[in-house]
Amino acid sequence: MIAVIDYHVGNLGSVTNALRRLDMDVEVTSDPEVILQADGVILPGVGTFPVAMKNLENEHLIEVLNEVKAKKTPIMGICLGMQVLFEKGYEVEETKGLGFLDGEVKYMDDVKAKIPHMGWNQLVINHPHPLLKYVQEGDYVYFVHSYRAHTTDDELIAYASYGGVKVPAVVIKDNVIGCQFHPEKSGEVGKKILLAFKELVSC
Amino acid sequence: MLAKRIIPCLDIKDGKVVKGVNFVGLKDVGDPVELAKEYDRQCADEVVFLDITATYEDRGIIKDVIQRAANELSIPLCVGGGIRSLEDFRMILSVGADKVSVNSAAIKNPQLIKEASDEFGVQCVVVAVDAKMREDHSGWDVYIAGGRENTGIDLLEWVKKCEALGAGEILLTSMDADGTREGFDIEMLKTVVEAVHIPVIASGGCGGKEDIADVFEKTNCDAALAASLFHYQEATVDEVKEICAKRHIPVRRNR
Repeated sequence: MIAVIDYHVGNLGSVTNALRRLDMDVEVTSDPEVILQADGVILPGVGTFPVAMKNLENEHLIEVLNEVKAKKTPIMGICLGMQVLFEKGYEVEETKGLGFLDGEVKYMDDVKAKIPHMGWNQLVINHPHPLLKYVQEGDYVYFVHSYRAHTTDDELIAYASYGGVKVPAVVIKDNVIGCQFHPEKSGEVGKKILLAFKELVSC
Repeated sequence: MLAKRIIPCLDIKDGKVVKGVNFVGLKDVGDPVELAKEYDRQCADEVVFLDITATYEDRGIIKDVIQRAANELSIPLCVGGGIRSLEDFRMILSVGADKVSVNSAAIKNPQLIKEASDEFGVQCVVVAVDAKMREDHSGWDVYIAGGRENTGIDLLEWVKKCEALGAGEILLTSMDADGTREGFDIEMLKTVVEAVHIPVIASGGCGGKEDIADVFEKTNCDAALAASLFHYQEATVDEVKEICAKRHIPVRRNR
């Protein structure tokens, strides 16, 4: 069973349905017991970094997620859910993140292009990873964000080029996966990434 | 490289798809969810639902349509029409839309743009702007209420203000071009694209496949929106993308 964490940051219908279309058993939940029993955890999120962290704290999910990480259960954070996996964010105000991935999340004012980075951009693969086994270099995925992660080369699995910078698209450390783009909104390519996540979870 | 987006727009009334020519003469072409899924299969990059009569009538039905569409689409969904308050934003986003487009209400209460972007993020705040050339050709005025009312506000001043308040995107409809099917309003688009740093969606006037490639070549807009071209099956999104690709415009293709 995959737990999609409900912490009141945006609608979870599309990600939940995308997973169900791949025959995954999905529960939308904020119940620690359910989350701890899950074979895989999805941390979605739309909104702002401080609100997301505050909601996780209010739902007592920070400790739960730390346990999930320690148990080596695959966790996939999507968009804002990816950003809070890092150590710190600077959206609205400086806020401590979960710290599962190395680095910080900062406003993209150094890009020579429009902000937000909104639309379909191509993946460039930095290190091969089973999550991207069905993805080809140059495949388009859907991004919508104004802040980006600054991370280590080791953890940077794939990026998109935008306005002269590498925008981290997939960042992975052990069992923790961060996806800056929305696989559930990324057409066929997105489905293939979620299918690969399903395979990671069941092996 | 960021792909240029092609966005079919579905005008919806009472839960059914319609397409207005200059906002009158409506013709029913079916269920919005089924049509949106077809566009998803054709490699549309996003779908816009515009509840065109929402300013005047009850909007309960659209909520169900949005929810069904959001659950079944694998591409982003933007919903607009009759958005008045932060509460409307919340309702539409809560049933699964990715973006909300606001038009008349933003003119009446510009702070709504700021409040919505502060609460939900700039990326889901699309300001839809309907504009028309002034009679003396000195520029364009912004219209509201589905093009019925001239606000007297200058287009460029308005889009700059929208950006400053936190709009994530401008959906710009040329009322001069809308319904003519003679191509997008290149002059208006060029002027707006140069005035703001947020993405601009071109709307109004698309009459053929080449018009979309033309607007991407002649202006630096980020996306092109069309309705009748796709609704009446004169072209599929795929076919338009094939033309764009031949003309070296970056577009996302099915593989």
